[in-house]
Amino acid sequence: MTTVLQVDNLDVYFGHGRSRAHVLQQVSFAVKAGTTLGLVGESGSGKSTTAKAIVGVVRSAAGTVLVNGANIAGARGRALNALRRRVQMIPQDPYASLNPRMTVGETLAEAIDPRRASVRAHAGKITELLALVAMDADASQRYPHEFSGGQRQRVAIARALAVQPEIIIADEITSALDCSVQAEVLGVLRELRTRLKLSMLFISHDLAVVRHVCDEIAVLYQGRIVEYGKRDDVFDAPRHDYTRLLLDSVPDGGPLK
Amino acid sequence: MRRVRWNAPLILGLTATAVLIVIAIIAPWVWGERAEQTDYSATHQSASAAHWFGTDLFGRDVFARTMVATRPTLLMAFAAMLIASVGGIIAGSVIWVSGPRVREIGQRVIDILISYPSVLFALVIAAILQPGAVTSVVAIGLATCPAFARLTTNLAASVATRDFVSTSRLLGVGPLRLLRRHILPNIAEPLLVLMSVAFTISLKALTGLSVLGVGLQAPAYDWGSLLAKGLEGIYVNAWPALGPSIAIVVAGLAGGFIGDGLAAAANPASSRRVPKRTMKAALAAASASVPGAPPLLRGDEVVPAEDVGVVAVRGLSVVMADGTRLVDEVSFTVGEGEIVGVVGESGSGKSLTAMALARLLAEGLRAEANQLSVAGHNLLGRPPREKLAKDIGIVYQDPASSFNPTMKVGSQLTETLRVHGGVSRGKAAARAIEQLTLARVSRPELRIKQHPHELSGGMRQRAMIASALLTSPKLLIADEPTTALDVTVQADVLRLLREANTRDGVTILLISHDIGVVSAICDRVLVMYAGRIAEELSVEDLRAGNARHPYTRALLAATPKVTETSGELAPIPGRPPQPAQRPSGCAFAPRCPLAQDVCVEERPALMRIGTGAAACHALTWQPVGVQ
Repeated sequence: MTTVLQVDNLDVYFGHGRSRAHVLQQVSFAVKAGTTLGLVGESGSGKSTTAKAIVGVVRSAAGTVLVNGANIAGARGRALNALRRRVQMIPQDPYASLNPRMTVGETLAEAIDPRRASVRAHAGKITELLALVAMDADASQRYPHEFSGGQRQRVAIARALAVQPEIIIADEITSALDCSVQAEVLGVLRELRTRLKLSMLFISHDLAVVRHVCDEIAVLYQGRIVEYGKRDDVFDAPRHDYTRLLLDSVPDGGPLK
Repeated sequence: MRRVRWNAPLILGLTATAVLIVIAIIAPWVWGERAEQTDYSATHQSASAAHWFGTDLFGRDVFARTMVATRPTLLMAFAAMLIASVGGIIAGSVIWVSGPRVREIGQRVIDILISYPSVLFALVIAAILQPGAVTSVVAIGLATCPAFARLTTNLAASVATRDFVSTSRLLGVGPLRLLRRHILPNIAEPLLVLMSVAFTISLKALTGLSVLGVGLQAPAYDWGSLLAKGLEGIYVNAWPALGPSIAIVVAGLAGGFIGDGLAAAANPASSRRVPKRTMKAALAAASASVPGAPPLLRGDEVVPAEDVGVVAVRGLSVVMADGTRLVDEVSFTVGEGEIVGVVGESGSGKSLTAMALARLLAEGLRAEANQLSVAGHNLLGRPPREKLAKDIGIVYQDPASSFNPTMKVGSQLTETLRVHGGVSRGKAAARAIEQLTLARVSRPELRIKQHPHELSGGMRQRAMIASALLTSPKLLIADEPTTALDVTVQADVLRLLREANTRDGVTILLISHDIGVVSAICDRVLVMYAGRIAEELSVEDLRAGNARHPYTRALLAATPKVTETSGELAPIPGRPPQPAQRPSGCAFAPRCPLAQDVCVEERPALMRIGTGAAACHALTWQPVGVQ
């Protein structure tokens, strides 16, 4: 199996001088083609910073981020823009991530071709994308406020798929959603993973969701990866104390431990 | 696109503007001749039927002249507004697009320009260039530009931080398109408001220039120059000055009204048009006729005084001003020393139910009930406030905003105790330290002297719980107390709540969207859907998955588990109805796999089943139990 995303010894610092903080320390992991890696951790552990470093929004001090062999961490300017389109991010809040003044079709057309964003020219592709996330073609003419949170998040997924990215980064994409709506979005993701052989970095603080979605798990704690392995190994036989504490803390439907 | 929310100022402003525009168009034909006609036998006349605004020193009709002057005046004001808005928006956009350094300098320059009065600026320009219509229009236009530029950069900066802009950037959308498609449409409304205000300001400024003699030059005339001429003879006859003044005031008000109206129309909160409630609350008694059907729990029966535990609620509704019921006829009890969980998705009314119990409903909401007794107080009457504050403790979702950032933790913790409990400062502090220790807050002596921001989120929430427990309340309402916390901290906080319950026997009402959280520490759970209680069940039944209501079952089936690698999750099709559009039947019927005609027609009542209760028609035609 080929590796789509390879992160090696990523170091990120925030701030300068005395207030400088080492936010990511020697973070390394790999996402193999057609698989999903779950990145879990609590707030401040560096999950979102990792995502931002991968898409090049946050500068890394050291380390490499290889997307199918090309280094994003070292790229600047036009090269960075080209590389960025190969990695797509689905943001957390579907209420903030869609432009309220643009129809779903216009949003998707812009993703397909930012330079010639014509709904008519890309109508076929738009219908195809909407079908991928189980939405009707007539959704194209409607505005985001006409949709539920789950449907909006599906539009956001369709937008990420529009550029046929080599890897998708999903950053807490279900944490703003109600439980029943979350199930709808996770269902769509699961279907896409098998149909499109999607490679994905799935970031979440919700361990139950991560277990449901991912093949491999990396546990971040204070900017370091403390556990990394196959899903069932990590969940059923955690090796690091922190992973154990994390798993014990999740309310699993039984009485509090 | 969205519908325009019409309101009185907007209609008034637009009507006045339309009338002025019509006058501007027809005036030269209708009044043109009369305006130039001199009559030396009738100079300096005051208003009469023949001359509505009187006559000037040449005997010309002031009303006719004012009407004729409408066109140049409005055109000049409009042109100035156009220059200001187009120039300002372009300048603002350019500054915003050009990157952080230019933006910083640009904004400072705008700030400096804005601090100069526009008339002064215009006078300087008019002094340099030839005085006249074009000069004054350009001068006023340019002088008003900075206001637009500042608004554009400020608004663009706030929109630019939103997710859809950053996502488009990652997609490779260029800055110009970003501005045109993502930024400008989302800031159009405030800019429109500013445009109508700018029209009024330009009108005022142009009039000022004309009065000073640097505006429109004779023989052409606008309202300003009419006013200037009128002012010369104001002690002889006030009408030549009064007439154009009235026109200026009317036009200025029209612009102002349009601005106010647009601002109100753009603000969804100002909308008074709420859809009327179409449904009627119908207490269904249908299943009572079915032989062997479980007994109903009725909302109109009052719990006898001897059975009232800590909370007894019968038929509680939370109603908006227009009659929409957000919580609809909810009935339940909480016994002494119980932990009862209320679980539901957003909009189910769980938090409103809890806030109604603490008399803390937001303004505009009102609680109605047949019985509402909490901690020994009848909330339908007038319970003493200080007793309520002592007997009901509340823990909110967000520990960051439930503390006042400017007050020390200690004085906030002991406030209720000191104000309502009459306890001295020293004693209250000692009690606070004691409670903080019980809440496992490290170094409590130090913490009470600190400000909230010096505590971590988990510690703040533990301090909040300590604070709520300080008055030994009979009921502790915890509204999503762990939602903002990390999972390890969440476990700590839940442990703390359970300890308070076992140690001091505190009765707890725990509100949560997370079925796992309520399963963890509650004795009994109420499941809410669309403002009503769908099911009440013991925690043992919930943990074992023995739910009776199709909604509870669907919720469980949609929740992934951390303990096992689950297969497909079953999403619930559709979405909950909006409060104003709740059907008269079962609110879950449109999404329910078991729904039949009766579900759409009649609202199911809560029926006792075993140790719990459920509001579902299917229970009367299906064997009661677990499917």
